Amino acid sequence: MKTFAFALRNTKEIVRDKLNIAFGLGFPIILLVLLSAIQSNIPNDMFAIDSLTPGVTIFGFSFIALFSGMLIAKDRTSSFMLRLFTSPLTAGNFIFGYVLPLVPLAVLQAVIVFAVAAFFGLSLGPNVLLTIIIQLPAAVLFIAFGLMFGSILTDKQVGGVCGALLTNLSAWLSGTWFDVELVGGVFAGIAKILPFYHAVNAGRHALSGEYSAIFPDLWWVIGYAVALMAVAILAFRRRMNHD
Amino acid sequence: MTAVETRGLTKRYGKTTAVKDLSFTVGQGKLYALLGINGAGKTTTIKMLSCLTIPDGGEALLLGESIRTPLRVKERIGVSPQETAVAPNLKVAENLELMCGINGDRRKEAKRKAAETIAAFGMEEIANKRAITLSGGWQRRLSVVMALITEPDILFLDEPTLGLDVLARRELWRVINGLKGRITIILTTHYLGEAEALADRIGIMKAGELIVEDTAEGMIQRTGAKNFEDAFVELTMEEGIET
Repeated sequence: MKTFAFALRNTKEIVRDKLNIAFGLGFPIILLVLLSAIQSNIPNDMFAIDSLTPGVTIFGFSFIALFSGMLIAKDRTSSFMLRLFTSPLTAGNFIFGYVLPLVPLAVLQAVIVFAVAAFFGLSLGPNVLLTIIIQLPAAVLFIAFGLMFGSILTDKQVGGVCGALLTNLSAWLSGTWFDVELVGGVFAGIAKILPFYHAVNAGRHALSGEYSAIFPDLWWVIGYAVALMAVAILAFRRRMNHD
Repeated sequence: MTAVETRGLTKRYGKTTAVKDLSFTVGQGKLYALLGINGAGKTTTIKMLSCLTIPDGGEALLLGESIRTPLRVKERIGVSPQETAVAPNLKVAENLELMCGINGDRRKEAKRKAAETIAAFGMEEIANKRAITLSGGWQRRLSVVMALITEPDILFLDEPTLGLDVLARRELWRVINGLKGRITIILTTHYLGEAEALADRIGIMKAGELIVEDTAEGMIQRTGAKNFEDAFVELTMEEGIET
């Protein structure tokens, strides 16, 4: 009950912030529309709707990290957190209360991106549902980024790190906008070490029905998500005790 | 019966001792006012008693529970922090429901308590407004009421009327007076008239130490002063004000 009450508050705080909606939904949709328009004029495999959509979904998730990081950092630096810390909420209530609302928000975001993609020719079948499920570990990964940065940075710093650095890093190194193999060298090497490239690839394989190819990539994402969530929980608990 | 008992409570920040060897008791249902000039250690004392800060020495028992077992204590206390502490994007009613929820009430019960509290405090006209849109005075009132709604056994009010106009202040005094006898209250304030009007007993702190403890009348008699303000000044000046 305590976790649910806190989670409900966090959901309302996020969805009632118009900037969150503008960035979280508006930005990925605008990119999808623009790149689909380019694709219709200058055909390019990279921007084909079934290749583009899983990438845009992952890009959208990076804003989930921004939402959660900003909310936690703002709470941490306000008197409201003092009030919460004098309530009988445990560390587990806090962590689940912050994380739980973000999972349905990420799913909703992915559903909307796929619905928009359908207008540009994406066929809606069972593979779309599978792709959204396959991309959930990536959503958890970005939620963990938010929890971690929100626990150690101020809200202004979170804006810079999650809003600028993480969104760009995950975009450039994901292979959504261009093929990292074409750049090659160190760039491609780094992209393949980090989880973003694998998250997009797993989604593309799921959408195209290449089921056997999903898991090598998905393991990378799951591994990163689990490890980063553990680090984020540790950072949050340390900060909770310190504050 | 004793509600609050501190024995040699001490808190240090680096080389500075914020609270030194503090011992006092508060009877159940009584209102105890902690007074002192800025930096006297009042807020640090409240923070220790409400389990926000771990003491470096001594012990405090709240209704027999040690502050070193925070969860048990937190289930029985309410805290109104010095600064306004509300969830900005939540409506007034939602803020109140949140407090009930994180204290373990089910949703229906939380809604019932919130509706009753809104009626009791004449907040009907702002019940459906978001906290962020309220005036500073209303936000302050909401912040204090959020500490009351869970019907705590012990209530900490850290400068509750700071920033309130005289009418709102008198209204809050009426509310606090109504709680006396049922709830044990520890109040810090810079308004000496507030302590005189409300407190059963007053402790004056200076440089982290409790230098005198008595009723307002007792302090006036002890110093031979014309009024409580003069008595406070004399008692605080006795050992010389540090510069």
